[in-house]
Amino acid sequence: MADPMKIRANLVGDSTEVKVLMSHEMETGQRKDAQGKTIPAWHIQTVTATYNGKTVLSAQWGPAVSKNPFLSFKFKGGAKGDKVQVTWVDNKGDKRTDEATIA
Amino acid sequence: MNNSRRDTLRAGGGITLLMLLAAAGWLKPGVAAAQAWNKAAFDTKSMDETMKALGGGAPAQSKDIAFFSTPDIAENGAVVPVGITSSIPKTESIAILVEKNPNMLTAVFDIPAGTEPSISTRVKMGQTSNVYALVKADGKYYVASKEIKVTLGGCGG
Repeated sequence: MADPMKIRANLVGDSTEVKVLMSHEMETGQRKDAQGKTIPAWHIQTVTATYNGKTVLSAQWGPAVSKNPFLSFKFKGGAKGDKVQVTWVDNKGDKRTDEATIA
Repeated sequence: MNNSRRDTLRAGGGITLLMLLAAAGWLKPGVAAAQAWNKAAFDTKSMDETMKALGGGAPAQSKDIAFFSTPDIAENGAVVPVGITSSIPKTESIAILVEKNPNMLTAVFDIPAGTEPSISTRVKMGQTSNVYALVKADGKYYVASKEIKVTLGGCGG
């Protein structure tokens, strides 16, 4: 299991700003190791953020997203104390879900 | 009392619990509803191919797409911040494409109603290149581009 994400959700006016920092290697599949063998790609493919069971953002990523990806977005609504959940799935089928409380 | 037998039992119990947790995680509803990864689109090497794989025609240039907190010169190509805001009504998705990367398509964000068409993330760039923001709004595609210079070597040129 990968390390937890750092998620921050803040109410700004009438929308919620969500910032996510994930912990993932994001190997591109282009690099070679010391023996000249290609290091296989290993990256996050899909990211889904939900609030109250409703999807507020979904994304598909290629290997060109940076290592330890950062993501920020805003959605309308949200209330202090409510939770925002973020899930990612990588190309090896590994997944992780974390949640944050809106402040 | 046979202590090693105790330990084995305990260890075994722990593993079973972990496996159960893992299995429960896999079967969580909602995850199955997440869209499949569009492999074809992420394998493409040119704008035309990417557009075809995404199921759209040639995108129209648009001034309603803006880059924010995106540098003109990136010192480290491995971490280039890119922020994109679309002021086109009914924006459905925002994609980031880097022209001179081995595969152009970097990320696609689906924007459901209620979410602001504005996202920011960090991407990798192999070299100085145009970065395209591709926006799908009301079934049509729009594009804006920005050149980001990448100075490898860290001199900050």
